[in-house]
Amino acid sequence: MKNVIAILSLLLLSSTAHAALSVFACEPEWAALTQELAGDKATVYTATTALQDPHRIEARPSLIAKARRTDLVVCTGAELEVAWLPLVLRESGNGKVQPGSNGYFEAASVVHMLEVPTQLDRGEGDVHAQGNPHIQTDPRNFLPVAEALAKRLMQLDPANAAAYKQRLAAFTGQWRTAIAKWEKQAAPLKGMPVVVQHKGFPYLSSWLGLKEVTTLEPKPGMEPSAAHLSLVLNTLQQYPAKMVVRAAYQDGRPSAWIAQRANIAAVELPYTVGGSAEATDLYGLFDDTVARLLKGLQ
Amino acid sequence: MFKNICLCTCASVLLGHAACACAAGNNEAAFNPAFSLILSGGYASLQRDPAIPATGFAMNPNPGHEQGFNLGESEMGISANIDPQFRGVATLALAAAGGISVENAFVQTTALGDGLNLKFGRFFSGLGYLNEQHAHAWDFVDQPLVYAALWENQLGEDGLQLKWLAPTDMFVEIGGEMGKGRGFPGTDRAKNGSGAGVLFVHAGDDIGIAQSWRAGVSLHQTRRADAVSDAVPDLLGTAGGVSNSFNGDSRTVGMDLVWKYAPDGNPRNSQVKLQAEYFRRSENGHLTYDTAGANIRDTFAVTQGGFYVQGVYQFMPRWRTALRYDRLDPGVAQIGALNVGNVINNYAYQPNRTALMLDYSPSEFSRLRAQLAHDRSRQGLVDNQFFLQYSMSMGAHGAHSY
Repeated sequence: MKNVIAILSLLLLSSTAHAALSVFACEPEWAALTQELAGDKATVYTATTALQDPHRIEARPSLIAKARRTDLVVCTGAELEVAWLPLVLRESGNGKVQPGSNGYFEAASVVHMLEVPTQLDRGEGDVHAQGNPHIQTDPRNFLPVAEALAKRLMQLDPANAAAYKQRLAAFTGQWRTAIAKWEKQAAPLKGMPVVVQHKGFPYLSSWLGLKEVTTLEPKPGMEPSAAHLSLVLNTLQQYPAKMVVRAAYQDGRPSAWIAQRANIAAVELPYTVGGSAEATDLYGLFDDTVARLLKGLQ
Repeated sequence: MFKNICLCTCASVLLGHAACACAAGNNEAAFNPAFSLILSGGYASLQRDPAIPATGFAMNPNPGHEQGFNLGESEMGISANIDPQFRGVATLALAAAGGISVENAFVQTTALGDGLNLKFGRFFSGLGYLNEQHAHAWDFVDQPLVYAALWENQLGEDGLQLKWLAPTDMFVEIGGEMGKGRGFPGTDRAKNGSGAGVLFVHAGDDIGIAQSWRAGVSLHQTRRADAVSDAVPDLLGTAGGVSNSFNGDSRTVGMDLVWKYAPDGNPRNSQVKLQAEYFRRSENGHLTYDTAGANIRDTFAVTQGGFYVQGVYQFMPRWRTALRYDRLDPGVAQIGALNVGNVINNYAYQPNRTALMLDYSPSEFSRLRAQLAHDRSRQGLVDNQFFLQYSMSMGAHGAHSY
């Protein structure tokens, strides 16, 4: 009997020693970044896909079950997941990943936030107190996030700290090179006037110097109505734009309506990893984003 | 007013890009505590007196409807983490007639770990699917008949609840509750020990990316003491009915199933939700017939039940329509010899209702609703009902349950 217990506990110990860190990523971009930084040291579950609106996910039983067994939750924060994540974490009964603990990481906490409202008024639509949460459209934001996330991985899994450090250095180097490449490619986009469907691109616009003329949603989070779209059309007659931009998860009809009447290109951007056939990883995401914007310019 | 000013320490880093280290806030940090207010109300056009109970359910509660223009309950919610171990939630209902009642006031643990969640205070029981949902999250103006008759719309409890989530890929949750027995069919009385107990198991998962489901089984048990009901019809045809009193055991089993479908798993654009629940209650004890007059006590046992099936279809962003069918079974009572000539044992009628709903939500925080119902819950008294309802939420907007 004693032997059996000894063998069992050995098995248990060895399995925990070799077990990869279990990560719950709210959005595909953070899953991809975690995978870049952790390699085979982590198994990553992605809670949402590029075709889902991260504001409007339901706290499904499957998400609660996944959060129950995870060591680290990696999310955007800034209230992007406010409609589902707090409930998922609470119901998970997992003390390791509650907000404020080491197992809870918010990317937005280390990024310079844009569009931080000076006053909180729901009359302005679904605004986020901490600023616009769609930080993943500017590749430069991945650098501080990667650094902070790698630090967190080292804290949670000190045995593999050296590996995380090495992978962070490799990623940072490659990513900087890639950013320089994208910026060169995207040079013709500077100052280009665009219409956006949802206020989801301020980081992209600030990075590439796009000029957002107007928005299809009358207020953030509100569906574009026919009346508002006519107003947008009027605005476009005065201030013509080159293209109307939307994320892969958004309804394509309002964009198509405007594009047809204003005779401009409708550009669907992958928005995150998996949002298009080409956006298979973080590099593909920005390769494809820049390529699609340049195509819209033609 | 509860705005939290975020103090940023900014430093110029990589690529000349300024990075700002904000005190990382979760949802509720911006409002500490998170404060919300739900305003609701509407209009009801009814052809029958809403005080008439469903046939065969005169000894059950009848929450009914309010006729004409009416102010619904305004609901005030306050929640916050108390410390790293506990979170507190209070929901106060401001009744239209005045007065504040405590709907929920509970504390829950946040750091027990191992899948355990402990809740204590006043809370809505975790049995069934609809029971835990607050009125502003309902898909119809009213609760299904089976919830109205068997749980007085919602079972609230003063006590404690322990839930355990299994460490499995599939969601499997087991929960137990014990409490005072405050809500119907319990008996609120000052006594040591537990007045009512609940056990439930929930399981759920995704099917591919577009579908998800949750199913559950519940058990509720309580001992009813001096449960008085008025205006109960009897075999003698006493005008205005009589008052009866029941003492005995009450045991309810329930089953619930919810299935949702959204293209690409993105419920923003369109979604289908199908749900059904079934409850069956057996009561066994003694009934005192006509407490104000004859006052005859003998054995009484009955099994009552009911179910509803409903479908909600969000056919475009912001717009939903729904259809619900409701049915109750008053059962056939076993009545002791002394009361066989007094108490009706078989109503031979199954109350039922069909409701059709359309709602529009201009934003996540507002909803306007119209509902038609063809109510045959009272034998021979068909009631075609029409409702308009608004439900608006201000302040912090917490996450909704599945």
